[in-house]
Amino acid sequence: MRVPLSWLREYVDLPATETGRDVQERLVSAGLEVETVEHLGADLKGPLVVGQVLTIEELEGFKKPIRFCTVNVGRANGTGEPQEIVCGARNFAVGDKVVVVLPGATLPGGFSISARKTYGKVSHGMICSSDELGMGDDGSKGIIVLPPETEVGKDAVELLELVDEVLDIAVTANRGDCLSIRGVARETAIAYGLPLRDPALLDVPGPNAFGYPVKVSDPAGCDRFTARTVTGLSPEARSPIWLQRRLQKVGMRPISLAVDVTNYVMMELGQPLHAYDRSLVQGTIGVRRAEPGEKLVTLDGVARTLDPEDLVITDDRGPIGLAGVMGGANTEIADHDDADNATSDVVIEAAHFDAVSIARTARRHKLSSEASRRFERGVDPQAAAAAAQRTVDLLVLLAGGSAEAGVTEVVAPSAPHTIAVPADHPDKVAGVDYGRETVVRRLQQIGCDVYGQDELIVTVPSWRPDLLEINDLAEEVIRLEGYENLPSTLPKPPSGRGLTHRQRLHRRIGRALAGAGYVEAPNYPFIGEQVFDQLLLEADDPARRVVKLTNPLSDEEPALRTSLLPGLFGALRRNDGRGAHDLALFETGLVFLPHAEQRVAAALPVDRRPTDEEIAELDAALPEQPRHAAVVLAGAREQAGWWGKGRPADWADAIEAARIVAREAGAELIVRGGQYGPWHPGRTAELVVVAGGAEKVVGHAGELHPRVIKALSLPARTCAMEIDLDALEAVGDDTPQAPSISTFPVATQDVALVVDKAVPHADVEAALREGAGELLEGIRLFDVYENDEQLGEGRKSLAYALRFRAADRTLTVDEASAARDAAVALAGERTGAVLRG
Amino acid sequence: MSAPNKSYDPVEVEALKPEEIERMRDEALAAFAAADSLDALQEAKVAHTGGTSPLALANREIGALPPHAKAEAGKRVGQARGAVSKALAARQSELEAERDARVLVEEAVDVTLPHDRVPAGARHPLTTLSERIEDVFVAMGYEVAEGPEIEAEWFNFDALNIGPDHPARGEHDTFFVQGPEGGTESGVVLRTHTSPVQVRSLLSRELPVYVICPGRVYRTDELDATHTPVFHQVELLAIDEGLTMAGLKGTLDHMVQSLFGEGMKTRLRPNFFPFTEPSAEMDMVCYVCRGESVGNPDRPCRTCSSEGWIELGGCGMVNPRVLTACGVDPEKYSGFAFGFGIERMLMFRHNVEDMRDMVEGDVRFTRPFGMEI
Repeated sequence: MRVPLSWLREYVDLPATETGRDVQERLVSAGLEVETVEHLGADLKGPLVVGQVLTIEELEGFKKPIRFCTVNVGRANGTGEPQEIVCGARNFAVGDKVVVVLPGATLPGGFSISARKTYGKVSHGMICSSDELGMGDDGSKGIIVLPPETEVGKDAVELLELVDEVLDIAVTANRGDCLSIRGVARETAIAYGLPLRDPALLDVPGPNAFGYPVKVSDPAGCDRFTARTVTGLSPEARSPIWLQRRLQKVGMRPISLAVDVTNYVMMELGQPLHAYDRSLVQGTIGVRRAEPGEKLVTLDGVARTLDPEDLVITDDRGPIGLAGVMGGANTEIADHDDADNATSDVVIEAAHFDAVSIARTARRHKLSSEASRRFERGVDPQAAAAAAQRTVDLLVLLAGGSAEAGVTEVVAPSAPHTIAVPADHPDKVAGVDYGRETVVRRLQQIGCDVYGQDELIVTVPSWRPDLLEINDLAEEVIRLEGYENLPSTLPKPPSGRGLTHRQRLHRRIGRALAGAGYVEAPNYPFIGEQVFDQLLLEADDPARRVVKLTNPLSDEEPALRTSLLPGLFGALRRNDGRGAHDLALFETGLVFLPHAEQRVAAALPVDRRPTDEEIAELDAALPEQPRHAAVVLAGAREQAGWWGKGRPADWADAIEAARIVAREAGAELIVRGGQYGPWHPGRTAELVVVAGGAEKVVGHAGELHPRVIKALSLPARTCAMEIDLDALEAVGDDTPQAPSISTFPVATQDVALVVDKAVPHADVEAALREGAGELLEGIRLFDVYENDEQLGEGRKSLAYALRFRAADRTLTVDEASAARDAAVALAGERTGAVLRG
Repeated sequence: MSAPNKSYDPVEVEALKPEEIERMRDEALAAFAAADSLDALQEAKVAHTGGTSPLALANREIGALPPHAKAEAGKRVGQARGAVSKALAARQSELEAERDARVLVEEAVDVTLPHDRVPAGARHPLTTLSERIEDVFVAMGYEVAEGPEIEAEWFNFDALNIGPDHPARGEHDTFFVQGPEGGTESGVVLRTHTSPVQVRSLLSRELPVYVICPGRVYRTDELDATHTPVFHQVELLAIDEGLTMAGLKGTLDHMVQSLFGEGMKTRLRPNFFPFTEPSAEMDMVCYVCRGESVGNPDRPCRTCSSEGWIELGGCGMVNPRVLTACGVDPEKYSGFAFGFGIERMLMFRHNVEDMRDMVEGDVRFTRPFGMEI
């Protein structure tokens, strides 16, 4: 809501010295978010005067038509002689009154005016357009032509009210009353402790039987409808300058007198109004719900099919307006330019509609108007009659119309809202002793009637429909007493239990991966489904089942991720494209897996706690949202340097990342060869845990498939890992047991075993471990050797260092050798391993 | 060499003759002095003090002497060996000093060489800043609560007093999830704030409830320098008997002091949110200029645009309607809540100039933030 300070001052006698910034500060502290204070005409300096065009000489031979004019500016130029001015605009004629800026003046934007030679003439000033004066759009797209009665030589800065301050207020959803000058003036008056001249306090004639006929068939949707008629509007009448200026300052474009007046009154009082061309309305005006399939062309020219819940204004033909949202084209006030059909008689509607109904209609038709914004947020129903009266008065005054005596008022009976509130409730909410007297005074200040002692019976004013409950009243008291005066006390919560296991695990994994050189790169979860083809997922892969959005930001990415990899690939490409080629990135985050059968989440009641069953049903309507961790690698894992060669990132790094994550989770991870979607079939590990006695695949790691690398434009040999953290956490042991540390000497034994190439190291090691028995303290693979000549075709040699130690004695060489031999024997039996001779 | 059938006399045993012992001693001393390296000294040491050195052998002969001769011979040999070992130690430290002065210098390396074999990784500052904030409250006794990012509308809106027709519901720029068979009605959205976690906390926890709810949230804003459709919030909820706005203010003050240093404070400005009543916007004193840039054109402050205050987020006393929807008796319990965006705080706390830097995953942006901030 834009509020010109000059308009505000009409209703509140602010000290003359108060600036827009001063008022802003007071209003912000009272709860109105004044976002900016615009200083109109701040750098404007006269002389800027009214002139009358005396002569126009068309200059020839230039690229565009140019006029050399003489303009009478009275005594404003000191001489009384005609002012010679060159002008490029054409929308004026000899005899027109215009705005002339004289040499020595400065226009908005710091544009200094001096006599200067142009198009072969000397121009002593300029004839001004509204743009040049910083007035905003007046729809003329040319220089300003003033009404003929305007006095020549008069100061135009004052005439056009060019110097002003405009407060721009972001009105919150509860304060519909502040979508009007009246409402903001009331807050200003309270903030300054000054009286308010309420513009809605007008003498209004009572309703009678000879007003325009109105029938309200839906009193719940429309509890008040006032209709007034003004006849004999002059087709020549235009909105006066002051009215146009005020509309411009609040951000509206002047259109025609009748429309301008209804807009003006809406801005002033907050009551949306509608003016119908009476000659176009047929019969009784009605208010009812639309019938299925009914159609209406609204003022914006859009043909709309109405919904049975839409509240409509009708005449004998059917709908003529979408109530409280927008009028219909068929009863529109005619434009001035259409002199033959100029509107002479209007019916003015000032009605009050149900906020919810208007909100739904506006949303249904995606049609938000100045009227609907106000009705949705609450309009003062008691102001309707005054607003209608004010509109009538202005039309009579400005358009020479006559007010008909008929006054129609259809009013559904209602009682004012009252709230019983303990007098000390605001004190309890704030933690401050305001005392009953202050509470009562503040509530009265905002317009409440207050009775009672310890318990107050508060009747809220008609313009504050947002005041419904005791905390609403508490807020009024506290904000007017000043939030800035609240003390600061620190409550002491009971002792907490610290982070949960899952939360600590999440942090630990981040630290471990970062410690291993990975950089965290969280990505948006939006994906397009074509990525699943690029990832070579099978047609029936469950990861292809996605949650989709009805209103995605991009139609290319309407779905939510089922894997962290597409996002990480994007980050990898972006970094690579920016010149970083050695990359190790990680992300932990949720993926979204829809249930086989999707259910709609119910709208549960809010007047009680939902039952556990109801909560469970809501949860069942949500997709599974497990937390995953993933890494991607490309380029060098170890840099080349003065120490020697670097090492490219490879499949083993990706698998090691899985081990790092599993180790942090305290989960026993089984790594075995596997094949899945985006990964290289020969260089992929399947990551497995044992949960509840059964094996469960929780992720994959390795080098990517070359086709995936090509399809996604990734660096060659890109590697990746993705793992389900929640599944790891579920099997993790967060209380590792301390081993007993023997201080007896260690006995080491190395063995080299030859096996078929297809035999995985993990199997050999497992057999060695089991065969070595409990004397084995540790085992480490220290070499893998392949040489067909020495070892035989298809064979490889695995070299292990075994460390033996006993808890209670120094092992003899024989004991260690016996354990080693047992280990080798079992490895031979299980995997066909033979000692390398 | 001793002759057979002759009784021993020290002077007659060749090796124990005083001049012989002196010679052995002198030879040893000369050898030590001649050793020009620690290795050479080691050789001389073995030759002159080892088990087969002349003095060691001479020492062995003492045992064969008659008792009366033992004392004198022992004394002579002992003195000689003492002198030798003293000379050895002296030469040893002499040569070590020399080595320290010369050899170690020759071994000098260029210690400015880099060793970034595996360049350091880093956690994203949005993660670590969120944790930093969580830790402030965990230290006070709050617990961290989490919830789903795809959320039922009832949790995200209705239970928070944002009914289907509430104007604020439309202002949330919500991503809606498709319903069954691609329909539009699912009752499910991408959560627009972390407030649904507050609702879940009230429904699932014993009272009193003191929780902090960090997480990712979604709004349909296009990505630009100041907006992102996916961002992070931290919200706090405290529900207990007798909680007041003064307590809210104190909690906020404590937070900004913990995060930005002593003397920091917050300011509340009235505002409206459906889930709180009374509601407020919260600002904190600009931690850079501490308000001194206000009206002081000579000392402009970039961080707060010389406003003196930095807008943090929204807060208020939890609306009794929210408590009712969560089964908490609003007659008995009250409480406060606040929430703010981590991106914004990261921007002003660490001079991030463009929102896009936080979402693009550029390693150059993230690395400097390390493990914690």
